[in-house]
Amino acid sequence: MDIQNYKGVMVLGEQKDGHIRPVTFELLNRGRDLADKLGVELSCSILGNEIEDLTEIIYRGADKVFHVAGPALAGFLPGPYARALVRLVQEERPEIFIAAATTTGRTVMPLVAAGLKTGLTADCTLLDIDDKEKILLQTRPAIGGNIMATIKTPFTRPQMATVRPRSARPAHRDESRTGLISVKNYGDSPVSAVERFLAYVPDATQEVSIEDADIIVAGGKGLKTRDGFKLVEELARLLGAGVGASRDVVDLGWASYPHQIGLSGKTVSPKLYIAVGISGKVQHLAGMQTSETIVAINRDPEAQIFQVADFGIVGDAFEVLPELMGALKNAPGRRLREGSEDNAL
Amino acid sequence: MRIAVLIKQVPGTDNVKMDPETGVMIRTNKGNIINPLDENALEEALRIKRSREDVQVLAVSMGPESAMKAIKEAVAMGADGGVLLSGRAFAGSDTIATARALAAAISKLGDVNLVLCGERATDGETGQTGPMIAATLGIPVQTYVQRLEVADDAVKVERVVEGGFEQVKVQLPALITVVKGINEPGFPTLTGKVRARDAVVPVWGADDLGLSPEELGLKGSPTRVVKIFSPKLSRSTLLHRQDNTGRAVNELLKFLADRDIV
Ligand SMILES: Cc1cc2nc3c(=O)[nH]c(=O)nc-3n(C[C@H](O)[C@H](O)[C@H](O)COP(=O)(O)OP(=O)(O)OC[C@H]3O[C@@H](n4cnc5c(N)ncnc54)[C@H](O)[C@@H]3O)c2cc1C
Ligand SMILES: Cc1cc2nc3c(=O)[nH]c(=O)nc-3n(C[C@H](O)[C@H](O)[C@H](O)COP(=O)(O)OP(=O)(O)OC[C@H]3O[C@@H](n4cnc5c(N)ncnc54)[C@H](O)[C@@H]3O)c2cc1C
Repeated sequence: MDIQNYKGVMVLGEQKDGHIRPVTFELLNRGRDLADKLGVELSCSILGNEIEDLTEIIYRGADKVFHVAGPALAGFLPGPYARALVRLVQEERPEIFIAAATTTGRTVMPLVAAGLKTGLTADCTLLDIDDKEKILLQTRPAIGGNIMATIKTPFTRPQMATVRPRSARPAHRDESRTGLISVKNYGDSPVSAVERFLAYVPDATQEVSIEDADIIVAGGKGLKTRDGFKLVEELARLLGAGVGASRDVVDLGWASYPHQIGLSGKTVSPKLYIAVGISGKVQHLAGMQTSETIVAINRDPEAQIFQVADFGIVGDAFEVLPELMGALKNAPGRRLREGSEDNAL
Repeated sequence: MRIAVLIKQVPGTDNVKMDPETGVMIRTNKGNIINPLDENALEEALRIKRSREDVQVLAVSMGPESAMKAIKEAVAMGADGGVLLSGRAFAGSDTIATARALAAAISKLGDVNLVLCGERATDGETGQTGPMIAATLGIPVQTYVQRLEVADDAVKVERVVEGGFEQVKVQLPALITVVKGINEPGFPTLTGKVRARDAVVPVWGADDLGLSPEELGLKGSPTRVVKIFSPKLSRSTLLHRQDNTGRAVNELLKFLADRDIV
């Protein structure tokens, strides 16, 4: 592999039902930064049958958009997605190729890396360029968030990484930007018996998707009962937040598994994480400690959760939560769910 | 039907040290456990074995010789046997090199219809090994699976994805990575323990897999760990005590407003 033949930064955009997913704009922000440091072009690949408004990707910082189109790519299937991306990368030869560490990115990128026989770094929270060598420095938490590792891919191209969602801000929108949009059709057969998408079923218990939520309110065993846990759900509803839970709460059946945050659950990084009645064992911290702001409410002043919190209230959840909800309801002009228009981008 | 369950031995969570110079994990043989999600993968294989005739479950692990214990434990829980990949050549493998070795082992076992993995291991936490094995073997993969139904030539799965679930059908042979919600892992049984004690588990090296040392370990790995450091864990915490004046809650709302959050 002659690594000099690889130039430019490519990010993998995501769409759902033809709409560009916001995580794409976070990647474009990261990608633009890397491309500027290297003085190269930023491209964005996006797969799907029909996607609306690809110029938005240009406004958000890309110089080029590659829309790989075809009925087989309408929804996510690992095989067709990976085949298309391997081919695209072989044609375009970016030196860096990054995707979001979503369920899609974490599934397809390993297939692409294996297909291209190059390295892949998982779930990075920091990406930078080494000034001297001009190569990508990929930093990620591992071992339950107990360590950070910086990894590079010196000998093969592209240098590939998945990036933790919400670890960067969305790219600034600039309508004066111009760029090139090209559509590729690789003619993968639309229906294959090997992999067949059957259905998407929204989770009725997630009024706000946990991965996409700006705010998560999470509850632990300190809520005492299923009914006690409802206070957490109520506060979440008031804030337009997602509902998270500790493992003990999931084991007790107060919340279903998709709500579990931590080492054996989801890793999240919202703007605000409110932990109520959660002790803050390392396995829980592993899933939430990169949140932008952390608030903890716990009866025990020694609880470990306070060590990662920016703001803590030492007190009984059954007193604090009703008081907090009362104050939120009475506070005019605060961005509650009812007035969430001003939350829009 | 032959099912291979991939089992990684990991340090019990509170007991990990890294060599700050080399970035290599220092493992003590004490306190190592089977990666928790791999117990779910094993349980799922055993569940299939209970529901169908002629199912053979094999546990496959790559690791130091002490990882034999993990395979024996899998046998004690009900696996029919297993194989350990061990030797100097494998040391320092990243996920590409690990997947290459494990894929070669699965090919060598032969006639494997279903490969089950954990969605991620608690130490490296990449979640990349499973999909990379599937790519190397050229078989379909499904990840984040919380429900699995096996038929003779296909599996139907339910994946946990952002905001909901996806139902997908893939043809066998296939590789599936599972999440915790899929089942409750069982325990070793007494007869299982006896079988485990007597079980002969082969140890394969690079030669047995027909792989050259260049393709394995650090040499076969495109990634390099260049630095290991401790994350900044603690934040400066503003701590308030709840009293009956509403002051703590007010301070919280002020704090959130200052940060432009609520
Ligand atoms: C391999 C492995 C993987 C794991 N994965 C996860 C994971 O993904 N996610 C996870 O969360 N855990 C995980 N765990 C479990 C973890 O170690 C803890 O057991 C768990 O997080 C504890 O949950 P908790 O904080 O709700 O309960 P507890 O630890 O029991 O804490 C309850 C807290 O509530 C406080 N409290 C009690 N009453 C009140 C009240 N009235 N008002 C306010 N506060 C109150 C208490 O002071 C205490 O701090 C894992 C463990 C292992 C070994
Ligand atoms: C701090 C640190 C960071 C790292 N970061 C990266 C990185 O970003 N990219 C990279 O390529 N490598 C990385 N590695 C190397 C990687 O951890 C190893 O290659 C390891 O063999 C795969 O580990 P994992 O924990 O990521 O496994 P995962 O891919 O998370 O494991 C998923 C499943 O695959 C199966 N499996 C994994 N390993 C084995 C095994 N040895 N035997 C049997 N089954 C197995 C199990 O079923 C497991 O549940 C890192 C290592 C360290 C110490």
